[in-house]
Amino acid sequence: MSDYRIQGMTGEWEVVIGLEVHAQVTSNAKLFSGASAAYGGEPNSHVSLVDAAMPGMLPVPNRECIRQAVRTGMAINAQINRYSRFDRKNYFYADLPQGYQISQLYHPIVGEGAIEVILDEKDADSPRKTIGIERIHVEQDAGKLMHDQHPTMSYVDLNRCGVALMEIVSRPDMRSPAEAGAYVKKLRSILRYVGSCDGNMEEGSMRADVNVSVRKPGAEYGTRTETKNVNSIRFVMQTIEVEARRQVDLIEDGGTVVQETRLFDPNKMETRSMRSKEDAHDYRYFPDPDLLPLELDDAFLEECKSSLPELPDAKRARYENELGLSAYNAAVLTAEAETAFWFEDLLAAGAEPKQASNWLLSELLGYLNKVGRPIELSPVTPSQAAELLNSIKNGTISNTMGKQVFEAMVENGLGAEEIIRQRGLAQVSDTGEIEVVIARILANNPGQLEQYRAGKEQLFGFFVGQTMKAMQGKANPGVVNDLLKKALASG
Amino acid sequence: MSVDKDTVNKIARLSRIAISDEEAEKMVGELNGILAWVEQLGEVDVSGVEPMTAVIPNHLRLRDDVVTDGDVRDKVLANAPAREGIFFGVPKVIE
Repeated sequence: MSDYRIQGMTGEWEVVIGLEVHAQVTSNAKLFSGASAAYGGEPNSHVSLVDAAMPGMLPVPNRECIRQAVRTGMAINAQINRYSRFDRKNYFYADLPQGYQISQLYHPIVGEGAIEVILDEKDADSPRKTIGIERIHVEQDAGKLMHDQHPTMSYVDLNRCGVALMEIVSRPDMRSPAEAGAYVKKLRSILRYVGSCDGNMEEGSMRADVNVSVRKPGAEYGTRTETKNVNSIRFVMQTIEVEARRQVDLIEDGGTVVQETRLFDPNKMETRSMRSKEDAHDYRYFPDPDLLPLELDDAFLEECKSSLPELPDAKRARYENELGLSAYNAAVLTAEAETAFWFEDLLAAGAEPKQASNWLLSELLGYLNKVGRPIELSPVTPSQAAELLNSIKNGTISNTMGKQVFEAMVENGLGAEEIIRQRGLAQVSDTGEIEVVIARILANNPGQLEQYRAGKEQLFGFFVGQTMKAMQGKANPGVVNDLLKKALASG
Repeated sequence: MSVDKDTVNKIARLSRIAISDEEAEKMVGELNGILAWVEQLGEVDVSGVEPMTAVIPNHLRLRDDVVTDGDVRDKVLANAPAREGIFFGVPKVIE
């Protein structure tokens, strides 16, 4: 879908990218304990003795976390494994008091799936590409270390420790930073529709390990590196750019790429080796003897399936085919679940789809972007907006007036009809009233009238302007046009 | 399967267990003894036998998604070798 190439001294290079996305599962409690999984909270308060790995504590999986992983798998059309198992990934670090992370290496809960990405969502002809997903498994998050609180000690907060994560592992199917960006965006959109992850990258709810290798086009895969914990879509794309460039320069200088983990430094725009962690790769996985295999029954799977909402691809197709929206409008409205839900509330309140979609994208999103508010916190409700749109549609106010009324609604929270009445903004469509004004204008401007009738038809605009001015802009422009034509012709 | 002294030292390092050279030597013999003993299990033909995960038929129990625990900071920190206010204190570890 894209021919992204890196120019080296020896010719062009192709980049091969695979992503491991860690998405925090939306749940009240942690994966294996009853402690709160909420973000924030006083340090070490959302911690049970299970999370602190006290002797004798046993993990019991949270049904909701399992359910959300399965629903996510279904949303990417993946194979759901009725039988899966938990394994211990052993490593020694202060952020994980157990000394191992409970994960799923050998038998993940979700197998092969795929998502379709569109490079430029706003362009109907933009090429599409299917990115394979190898697996999704559930695992525990680790705690947080703070290094800047004490000269010789690091502080440990275990609030995150044991919170459920889904690790979503893609195939090495991406070939450019833009494709990787589109993939993360699409994945995030699906997770938010499903409700299995809030997709909040700033709070760390979603982060990616970025696997990058380079090769001459068509050649065998090169050796890859893995850049850990990249926490925004922009950084994912930048990581790929700088890491691919580094590998090309290294190889062309006669060096070889070492398979290793690296860190991205956005300030210096470079990736750095994490050599100190080399040992840590020897995870000595083995099945967790504290947990029996996880077996899912028909009723459980049926509920997962039936509780899935309409997903972005289906919604987008329906908006285009059934509502007759443009590809651009359908794409932007469905990219974020909240926008789509707001739009659907607007339709349910009686707005006409095309008009509603144009208004939402230009007026409402324009305003919300300006003030930096998400659509869920829009000062105008869908039903208030529907009232405004219908006032425009039935000719009570003009489009231009509509903008003014919207501004007033935002300012004082009143309904559209209320504002129109209070400010006397309603358009005059009463032909009688307009005809009187037109007759007066023609009588007051005999010179222009004569010139017009002599063939200077440009003067039509002059008469429209005079009429609108006399009516303080409140006359229905369509009606004014019709009546003026008639009056000017009959003379 | 058997281990040599290097492997024993590596496992010890990964587990953050300090062992002396002498102990490592001794451990090589002990671990190899255990491995050889376990290897005898390989003599049994288990092709076609499902791996057993529990001695009695049992299913993994799941928990409801309700917050029933936590807010026990003092208990959690009670045995910390170095408590720093509301945190565990550990030797500074920076990448």
